[in-house]
Amino acid sequence: MSSAMAVPKIIQPMNLISNEKPLFDPLKSVPTSSFLGSVQKFRLSAKLPFSSSRQYPSVSTTVVAVSEVVKERKPKSAVSPSNLLITKEEGLEVYEDMILGRVFEDMCAQMYYRGKMFGFVHLYNGQEAISSGFIKLLTKTDSVVSTYRDHVHSLSKGVPARAVMSELFGKATGCCRGQGGSMHMFSKEHNVLGGFAFIGEGIPVATGAAFTSKYKREVLKENCDDVTVAFFGDGTCNNGQFFECLNMAALWKLPIIFVVENNLWAIGMSHVRATSDPAIWKKGPAFGMPGVHVDGMDVLKVREVAKEAIGRARRGEGPTLVECETYRFRGHSLADPDELRDPAEKASYSSRDPIAALKKYLIENKLASESDLKTIEKKIDEVVEDAVDFGDQSPAPLRSQLLENVFADPKGFGIGPDGKYRCEDPKFTEGTAQV
Amino acid sequence: MAATVQSIGAPSSLTAANAIDSKKFHGRKVSFLAVRSDLRAKCGSITGQCRTGNLVTHAVASPAASTASSKTGHEVLLFEALREGLDEEMQRDARVCVMGEDVGHYGGSYKVTKGMATKYGDLRVLDTPIAENSFTGMGIGAAMTGLRPVIEGMNMGFLLLAFNQISNNCGMLHYTSGGQFTIPVVIRGPGGVGRQLGAEHSQRLESYFQSIPGIQMVACSTPYNAKGLMKAAIRSENPVILFEHVLLYNLKERIPDEEYVLSLEEAEMVRPGEHITILTYSRMRYHVMQAAKTLVNKGYDPEVIDIRSLKPFDLYTIGNSIKKTHRVLIVEECMRTGGIGASLTAAINENFNDYLDAPIVCLSSQDVPTPYAGTLEEWTVVQPAQIVTAVEQLCR
Repeated sequence: MSSAMAVPKIIQPMNLISNEKPLFDPLKSVPTSSFLGSVQKFRLSAKLPFSSSRQYPSVSTTVVAVSEVVKERKPKSAVSPSNLLITKEEGLEVYEDMILGRVFEDMCAQMYYRGKMFGFVHLYNGQEAISSGFIKLLTKTDSVVSTYRDHVHSLSKGVPARAVMSELFGKATGCCRGQGGSMHMFSKEHNVLGGFAFIGEGIPVATGAAFTSKYKREVLKENCDDVTVAFFGDGTCNNGQFFECLNMAALWKLPIIFVVENNLWAIGMSHVRATSDPAIWKKGPAFGMPGVHVDGMDVLKVREVAKEAIGRARRGEGPTLVECETYRFRGHSLADPDELRDPAEKASYSSRDPIAALKKYLIENKLASESDLKTIEKKIDEVVEDAVDFGDQSPAPLRSQLLENVFADPKGFGIGPDGKYRCEDPKFTEGTAQV
Repeated sequence: MAATVQSIGAPSSLTAANAIDSKKFHGRKVSFLAVRSDLRAKCGSITGQCRTGNLVTHAVASPAASTASSKTGHEVLLFEALREGLDEEMQRDARVCVMGEDVGHYGGSYKVTKGMATKYGDLRVLDTPIAENSFTGMGIGAAMTGLRPVIEGMNMGFLLLAFNQISNNCGMLHYTSGGQFTIPVVIRGPGGVGRQLGAEHSQRLESYFQSIPGIQMVACSTPYNAKGLMKAAIRSENPVILFEHVLLYNLKERIPDEEYVLSLEEAEMVRPGEHITILTYSRMRYHVMQAAKTLVNKGYDPEVIDIRSLKPFDLYTIGNSIKKTHRVLIVEECMRTGGIGASLTAAINENFNDYLDAPIVCLSSQDVPTPYAGTLEEWTVVQPAQIVTAVEQLCR
C-alpha cells in the first residue's frame, strides 16, 4: 500500500459512512432494557451533532455518532447576527494564536539547527487549527493535557512565549526551570498539566483532572465547571490507555474532551497500516459518548465542534471524542529526515494550510484587512524574537538546583523532625533543597 | 474457615511468626504492649484459596516486654488499623479519596475499605474498572488538580501494570514541572510473599520501585505503625508507596484511642540490644524476633530495628545503633539483586564503614519467581534458623 493511496483511503470512507450509520444497526434490534443492564440507550442521529435537549433522565446517555458534522453548515440560530462563524475580535485572537504557534515553531527549528536547543523537538506546524480552535475557547481554570508536541498547546493556553523558549534553551527562567524540556511543558498557573512524552500516558492524567472537577462539584460542593481537554495523536488511539479512559470518562460522565490530532502518521507508521478501522471517531459511540469527525485544517470548523463539546462537558453531560483530520508539515521531530511520506501527500495538505484558510475567510468576510493581519504578524515576530533574546540572556540553572524538586516535601530527602538531615553525609546532602 | 493453630514455642521453622512485640521508643508518650497472637492465615481471598496454614506462633520475650500492658486503647487487627487511619483522614479532609479495584461495594480485597463506600459515597470510594495503568494515572491527575487520592493495588503485583504512571508521572512529574505540581498520592496494597499464592501474587516490589526518583516508600508491620504510617502518608505532599504484607493483615494489637501520626522517615526500635544490629522490615520482623528469642537463650543480645522507611533510610537511628554494636545483619524479604538490603548495605558502607567490626551480612529472599509449592516457597524467604546462624557467625 503506497502512502499516496493512504489519504483517500482514510478520508473517503468516513464521508460515506456518515450517512450509512452501520455502527448502530446491531443495537437497534436490542430491546432497550436488556443491553448493558439498561444503563444506556443508544439513539441514532446523523443530523444533530449533539443532542443535549433529549437527555434521558439521570442514568441514560444519548449517544450520537457524527462524521463531518460541520461539512454542510446548517444555519444555526445562535451563531452571530451576520451568520458569520466568528466575530472580528474572536477571529483576530485566533489568527494571532495560530500565527504565534507557527512562528514560534519555525523559530524552534532555527534555534535547534543553531545548537541552542537539543534533544527531540517535535514541531506543530500544520496542526495549529486544533490547538487554537479548542484552547482559545477555554477559561484559565480549564485544564489542558498535551503530548510531546506540546509547545503550541502551552502557548495557546497562555504560557508566555518567553517561558516556553527559555525552557527549550534549558534555562532557569523556563516554565519548568529547565527541568522539563521540549516534551515536558507544565504551567500550574495556566493549568497546563503537562506535556507527556510517552504515548497515551497523558490521557489518564487528563481523566483524573476531569474527575477532580466532578469531585469538586459533587463532593466538595464547589461551584466548579472546569473542563479538561486531552490532546493526542492517531498513533495513541491504538493504545490501551485510550480505550480505558474512554470507558471511565463515559462511565462517570466526566467533563473531558478527547481530541485526536490525526495527522495520519505515527512517525513512520501510516495510520491505515496500524489501525483496523481508521475512523477513530467511531470509537466514541462504542463507549457511549459522541464521536465527531472534523476537518482539522479548518479552525472555524474545529471551533464549532469544540464549542459544542466543551459546552457539553461544562453542563455535566459527559465526554466527547473529537477526531481532527490534520497533517504535520514537518517531520515527526527535528531529528526525522521525513523521507517516507509522499511529496504529493504533503503538497495536498500544504494547500490546505489552516492559517491561509483563516486569513482568506477573515478577509473575504471583511472581518479584517490585510493590514490588520500584517500588524498581528509583525507583533508576533517581535514576541518570538523577544522570547529568543530572553532565553539567550537567561542564566543556566545553578548546580544547587539539581536536587531541588525531587520531593515536594523535603523530608523525603531524609530530613528529620529537627530540620536537620538524618545523616550528615556530604554526598547525601550536597545541593539538596533548603529545609 | 481458617482455623488458627497456635503452639507457642514449638520448634518449627515454618513461616509466619505471629507474635507482635511492639515496643515504642523515642519518647513516644503512649507505651503499650501487645504480645498477642491472633493471626489467621489470610490466604488470598482474591484467588478464593484459603486454607489453614500450619501456623506456629513464637511469642518473643524481649527484655522490656514485661511492662504492664496498657488498659487504655482498643484492640484492632492490622487491616482495621489501616481502615481507622484512612477513615480518620477522610473525615479530616474531604479531598482525601480512595480509588481502586473493588475498594467500594466489595470493601477491598483485604477489607481495608470495608464500609467506606456506604459512609463516604461512591465517588470518594471509587470502584474502578480493571485498568491499573489508567486509574493510577487518573489518581495522579486528580492529585495534580487538588485531590489527595489513596490508590489501592488490589494486589501489589498488579501495580506493575501501572509502572509507567508510578515512575514517569507519580515519581518524576514534580521535578519535570519544575516544582509546580505536587502529587500527594498514596499507593498501597497487599504485597510480599503470601502463602502459596504463586509467583505473580507473591511479588517483592520494593526493589522495583526504590530507584524511581521522587517516591517515598514505607512498610508497615504492626497495627500501631500501620495506622500511623497510613495517616502520615496521606498527609505527605510526596507520593508515598505504603507496603502492606498479605500475611500481616490479621495481626492484633492494642492501639491508642487518641489520634497519632507517625513519621514516614523514622525507623522503629523493636528490641534494644548490644551485640549486633539487625535491620529488617515488614513480615521479616517476625522472623527476626523469632530468631531473637533463640539468640537470647544462647546468650546474645541483638538490637532489632524495623527500618519502616524504605526510602529514604533513617540513617540517624541506624547509624546510632551501628556505632553501638559495630555489626550489622540485614534481613529482608526483598530480592537479593538490587533489593532494599543491597541499597542499605551500600548506604551503611558509605556512611558508617569506620564503625564496622565485620562486613555487613544481608539475608534476602532468593532471586527466583516465588514458587507455588509450600516447601520451595519456604526456602525462598529467609527463615529464623538462618538468622540465628548468621548472627552466630557475625558475633564470633
